[in-house]
Amino acid sequence: QLPPGLYKKVLVILHDSILPYMNEPTLMMDFLTVAYGIGGAISLLALNGLFILIHQHNLEYPDFYKKLYSLLDPSIYHVKYRARFFHLTDLFLSSSHLPAYLVAAFIKRLARLALTAPPEALLMILPFICNLFRRHPACRVLLHRPAGPADMSEDPYVMEEEEPSESRALQSSLWEIRSLQNHYHPDVAKAAAVLNQSLSEMEDDISGLLELSAAELFDREVKKKAVDVPLEFEQVRGLFGKKNDIFAEHFSLD
Amino acid sequence: SNPFEVKVNRQKFDILGRKTKNDVGLPGVSRSKAIKKRNQTLLKEYKEREKTNVFKDKRFGEYNTKITPEEKMIRRFTLERQQNYGKKNIYNLNEDEELTHYGQSLAEIEKLNDIVDSDSDTEERGALSAELTAAHFGGGGGLLRKKVSSEQQDEEEEKPKSRKELIEEMIAKSKQEKQERQTRRESALELTEKLDKDWKEIQTLIARKTPKSERKDKEVEKPKPDEYDMIVRELGFEMKAKPSERLKTEEELAKEEQARLQKLEADRLRRMRGIDEEANKKRPSHMSADDLADGFILDKDDRRLLSYKDGKINIENEEEKGEEGEEEEEEEGEEGEEGDHENEEESQEESTSEDEEDDAADGHSDLESDLESEGEAAENKEEEKDKTNENESQNVEKLDPKREAAKSELPYTFGVPESYETFKSLLAGRTIEQQLIILERIQKCNHPSLAVGNKAKLEKLFGFLLEYIGELATLDLPELRTIDKLVLPLYNLCQMFPEAASDSIRFILRDAAHDLEEVIEVKGHATLPGLDTLIYLKIVSLLFPTSDFWHPVVTPAFMYMSQLLTKCRITTLQDVIKGLFICCLFLEYVSLSRRFVPELINFLLGVLHISLPKSQAQGYTVVHPFTPLGKNLELLLVCDKEDLKSWEKQNVPLSIVTRLKEASRTEINHTRLSCLALCFDLIKKCAALYESLPSFHEIMHPVRILLTKHMPVNEYPEKMQEWYHSALKELESKVKHYTPLVCEKKKPVPLKQYTPKIVKVLEFGRKQAGSKKEQERKQLIQRHKRELKGAIREIRKDNQYLARMQLSEIMERDAARKRKVKELLGSLATQEGEWKAMKRKK
Repeated sequence: QLPPGLYKKVLVILHDSILPYMNEPTLMMDFLTVAYGIGGAISLLALNGLFILIHQHNLEYPDFYKKLYSLLDPSIYHVKYRARFFHLTDLFLSSSHLPAYLVAAFIKRLARLALTAPPEALLMILPFICNLFRRHPACRVLLHRPAGPADMSEDPYVMEEEEPSESRALQSSLWEIRSLQNHYHPDVAKAAAVLNQSLSEMEDDISGLLELSAAELFDREVKKKAVDVPLEFEQVRGLFGKKNDIFAEHFSLD
Repeated sequence: SNPFEVKVNRQKFDILGRKTKNDVGLPGVSRSKAIKKRNQTLLKEYKEREKTNVFKDKRFGEYNTKITPEEKMIRRFTLERQQNYGKKNIYNLNEDEELTHYGQSLAEIEKLNDIVDSDSDTEERGALSAELTAAHFGGGGGLLRKKVSSEQQDEEEEKPKSRKELIEEMIAKSKQEKQERQTRRESALELTEKLDKDWKEIQTLIARKTPKSERKDKEVEKPKPDEYDMIVRELGFEMKAKPSERLKTEEELAKEEQARLQKLEADRLRRMRGIDEEANKKRPSHMSADDLADGFILDKDDRRLLSYKDGKINIENEEEKGEEGEEEEEEEGEEGEEGDHENEEESQEESTSEDEEDDAADGHSDLESDLESEGEAAENKEEEKDKTNENESQNVEKLDPKREAAKSELPYTFGVPESYETFKSLLAGRTIEQQLIILERIQKCNHPSLAVGNKAKLEKLFGFLLEYIGELATLDLPELRTIDKLVLPLYNLCQMFPEAASDSIRFILRDAAHDLEEVIEVKGHATLPGLDTLIYLKIVSLLFPTSDFWHPVVTPAFMYMSQLLTKCRITTLQDVIKGLFICCLFLEYVSLSRRFVPELINFLLGVLHISLPKSQAQGYTVVHPFTPLGKNLELLLVCDKEDLKSWEKQNVPLSIVTRLKEASRTEINHTRLSCLALCFDLIKKCAALYESLPSFHEIMHPVRILLTKHMPVNEYPEKMQEWYHSALKELESKVKHYTPLVCEKKKPVPLKQYTPKIVKVLEFGRKQAGSKKEQERKQLIQRHKRELKGAIREIRKDNQYLARMQLSEIMERDAARKRKVKELLGSLATQEGEWKAMKRKK
């Protein structure tokens, strides 16, 4: 009923400037449920208010996790409210009473989506996934399946399935993390390689990583002091003079 | 010494090869030495313990060992003079006025009087000398006075010189000495040269004759070898050429080159995997500025050492200079312009002094160019002047063809420009080749081994060159051809100064990234940067190995490119081209390491998306900066049938980025199609690159769906269809293959056991320790312990000595008291006795 811009503004401040001062916070229930159903950024923002209602006011929300699951699409790693969303997701998934299939589905979906994520999001999501594994040891089959079938022609996980229980996540493995071990950013590759070994008991603190921005990441790299600088040994022949230069095929210097 | 004073420390076993330091001791001697020393120091201190007066030695330079005794005396003398120079007596008001008698100072008269007195013996007895009479009685005639006045002048000359004068004199003296030394050395050199020449003449004779003479010697009972003969033979042996290393054959050279490349490649692989092996870390072999780019590399490259240890190793320095000289000679030989006398000059010059040798290279080249030897600075000035001349008055120049020729010919020496402006003016108006030559000469003339400051200068040059390239790229008509050539000197400089080069490139990247961030903060979105930044990124891939796991320059470049592809809006065709350029950069960066770049796939997907007609995107999602529904849709869509038909794949000229507006509609459409083809090709390359990734199909899934389900393939021209199909084929040819993941097995932690640790002893008597650092630490600890012990012992001995001293003092005092008491008692007794005796008498 509201224009999207106003919707967003209201939702951003809802959880700490409106809800605490209301006599009957439960009145916001309908508003938030509708907002949650809209999808996109508005759904993400509505999560916060919903969380307070569920947590403090006994709101029973059917299929909450299913809804949350369906919120995960490639854009979540790119949107502005990424930090807020993952902070809440972390809270929702911290319960140890969640069924393994659900957590596995979340893990698998997050990992799959991470294949399109920028490095700053990857640096956050990898420890996030590690934490999920620590909380839910039953999900470790995703990493370690010694008695599984030797060869599979297809990933058992069904990305398109909206119902987490039907996604067959527990029969799959986290090949995405394996792929990310080849990421160009050294820190991402290292973070992904952590999952190769059995995990330590302590959970990683991701609160500092949530707000990580690309600019910070860049600054961190630039400020690193190098002991010595390796050099290219192939003699330069010109701007596009390398062997099998892609540029020479498609660009000209005119 | 006395055998009873010697103490022998007996060894239980004799051990071969062990040096014993303390087998014989002289306790008595060392004790007396220690006591003596204490007498001189501790005792003195002890005796003066309650005295606060200090004796200060204020004699000038008494303890200064740097001054020679004569100098010391001179300085003292001047000091004394200076002290006495001022008014001697404050009550003597008119000291400056000399008291005279008949126009002569009285003081002088007194002096003369003395002199005369002393000489009076030689004078005839009784007869008064003229001077004496003159002095005492005012004399009479002018004749006598004259003599006196001359003497006065002498007096003046002998007057004590002031400090300044003295110093001046000393300087003059030292200068004279230096000159003398130089002339002596020169003459010696000349002599040796002459001797050498003569020797060369005789040498051949001797070389042939010596065997004969030896035979003769044998026949004739071998006379004693003459001293002269011996010297001659020695010289003969000396002059023999030593065998140099065999020249390598082509095969061997190729093999060496291969080995070198293999080693470098292995290094690269190791860095790619990110394994840190500190021990194996080695600098890449250095390419010198005058590398011929033919891959030939000296086995042992001492140049690199030089460039970092400016002038520290003299020997190598000289060798280097020698090499340079040779090169110079070669060059000159090629030119073939100069006569023999110049060569002589050269050899003389080279053999003179070191300072000159530094400039030798410059000097020679000056000779060559017939510009006469002038200082570098002067030459630069001249050049600048030339330029202005060229611009202003061309007519005048035409009048003087010779001068013109000289001008068009580049000067041979260049200083490194101090600022970017001078650098630019140096290169302005030159052709590419000339610019290259100028840069090469700057590098040669200022090679770091030639002077200390050159390294910093050349490092600056790298920055200038980068800036210059950036400027060339930002022109309306980017001079990419020039940049293409300028990359070579850039590469050479980078090889010489990796640190400086990486710093300056990082600086550029940082600035660019900060600008981007600021724009995003202010406006909320950004546009892709200009061509210069793209060129810089390309240069990074040329100068540095992009496959390293972490690299100080390449990793930030990666980050920056990733930001460009995710943060910048794509609103125009130029943006698409720039974006595709960055995609190419990404692909090139990861071509060896095959690292996964999500942004790349995202961007390519987006580019494909904007080439589609507006429709609901199904089965795939595009991410930022592309939107499923938005402004930048259909940017690459071409509807014109004719344009579609007439299209042919061509390379996209980079300059299009700055001047697309001028192009016609058809051209624009063609460019669009070229971009699309480029995109297909990039997808194909990505597919080839990432096929080994376990989730290859998931990564490529959206692209494949877009290609198969949404692409209007049939509308494209045939060439485009070829591109399309090859890309699709590459995507679909990969088999799906999944194996369940298995964690790496943890190494079992061994149980603690009580078996003793057994260490191999390689050398007895030596401490076994791990690293060098640890050994050093242990040594230091040991030394500290020993010193501490020694110090404690010394202090203890000091205390003992002091106690002894105090005791002896007390004893002395007591003894004196006792003696006095005895005396008193004795005198009293005698008194008493006397008194009693008196009494008895009574």
